[in-house]
Amino acid sequence: MAWSPLFLTLKLALLSTFFLVIAGVPLGYWLAYTKTKLKPIAEAVISMPLILPPTVLGFYLLMAFGSSSSTGRWLQDTLDIQLVFSFTGLVLASVIYSLPFMIQPIQSGFSNLPENLKEASYTLGKSKLTTFLKVLLPNIKTSLLTGMVLTFAHTIGEFGVVLMIGGNIPGETRVASIAIYDEVEALNYASANKLSLVLFAICFAILLLVYIINNGKRFWR
Amino acid sequence: MIECEFQKTLKAASGEMLLDVNFSLKKRSFTVIYGESGAGKTTILRMMAGLLAPEDGRMKVEETVWLDTQRKISLEPQKRNIGMVFQDYALFPNMTVEENLEFASGSKKDKSHLEELIYITGLSGFKDRKPATLSGGQQQRVALARALVRKPKILLLDEPLSALDHSIRGKLQDYILKLHRKFALTTVLISHDPGEIIKLADKVLVLENGQITREDKPVTIFTKSKLSGKFQFAGEVLEIKPEGVVTILSILIGRNVIKVICMEEEVKTIKAGDQVLVASKAFNPVVKKIK
Repeated sequence: MAWSPLFLTLKLALLSTFFLVIAGVPLGYWLAYTKTKLKPIAEAVISMPLILPPTVLGFYLLMAFGSSSSTGRWLQDTLDIQLVFSFTGLVLASVIYSLPFMIQPIQSGFSNLPENLKEASYTLGKSKLTTFLKVLLPNIKTSLLTGMVLTFAHTIGEFGVVLMIGGNIPGETRVASIAIYDEVEALNYASANKLSLVLFAICFAILLLVYIINNGKRFWR
Repeated sequence: MIECEFQKTLKAASGEMLLDVNFSLKKRSFTVIYGESGAGKTTILRMMAGLLAPEDGRMKVEETVWLDTQRKISLEPQKRNIGMVFQDYALFPNMTVEENLEFASGSKKDKSHLEELIYITGLSGFKDRKPATLSGGQQQRVALARALVRKPKILLLDEPLSALDHSIRGKLQDYILKLHRKFALTTVLISHDPGEIIKLADKVLVLENGQITREDKPVTIFTKSKLSGKFQFAGEVLEIKPEGVVTILSILIGRNVIKVICMEEEVKTIKAGDQVLVASKAFNPVVKKIK
């Protein structure tokens, strides 16, 4: 069972990244082009996880979806979804927690594209959707990749939110970061070290990848 | 016939300015909008393309209404059959030259039309290159070809040549003229260059502070006194050299440099770099067969 927390961590990171791409691309696009006065509010809400203590976020999620709340009970009774102390809950929490890491690169990617690209495509008779898929999205490829790598890495490093909403259930919510804490508590320094080393290596490799992508050709030349 | 009437308040550097224009373009004509930067030229083009909505306006192309703010009609840019070339070309960086053109053609590909455009604009050798690897002049040709892929009847050119150097500009003017005639286009060009305007345009709209103040043939607009010239060319003064009582002007016309003898009085207000009109009044030019 020694590797189970690591697999759980990777599964959580992959799923969170997947859902964040689906949510992040339209949200980032909307933020980049919207003219609504509510934009600063939306930006502030999305960026909250950057500075909010993870325990605060975890606490409110626990309150919102626990069996003592009506939402939590409704989800449990009608849809049979338990968000507290379950893997599903972890995915939801880490999607919210990593939201800014996906949205911000995508939003700035769209904002940095010349406005003319969009207009040129419109004058060529292309719909908004075609323009988005064929012109805008391919040209923010690096931003999208940066967002994906960052959210993946950020999810691996999660601790507070996971502990609050997921607890420490082996095979269900005991991810690597929690397992390390657990092993140290039990004075199993050797296994804590093993997991830590692996996480260390993964995180370094991921960040190295980000910088290689961002430096682009400069790195290889 | 294309009839346009636009009103829009613009936020200029000097405060608010009302753009209020009303003009009509003959089918197959070549019209230039000329004016200071900030006069509203690009805004007019963008409103014609449907990229910007006027506060009040009407636009009619032949018998079809494209815009009527009072009747709440405004055709989307996608549905206005226009070709537009942007000042910074707006080529899609993720596509090769050929892909840029194919993207424009959409599902109903007209292969021979695409090939013809590539041939006319001399892009055959660059088909598989990405825009970023092309020179400014080459990018401009791609933008021109791409704008014509859908066989529009109206071509809008937003200062497409301003960023290019002189010799390339001349060649591109030739391309534009060739395409304008070949595809029977009604063309609207924004330009600052009197030489270019005289070479290309049938009509000039002079825009000042949001109003069209003059509307006439290019030669009439750019020469103060009316010449009854039999033949005339626009050129750029390269050098002014006094030689005793007379002064010799070297003038670049097209790709040729010619020398013209002038009296000192005549050239007082002219300096190197000026755009001038070279015309003959009294003499018949000699025409000789060369080919």
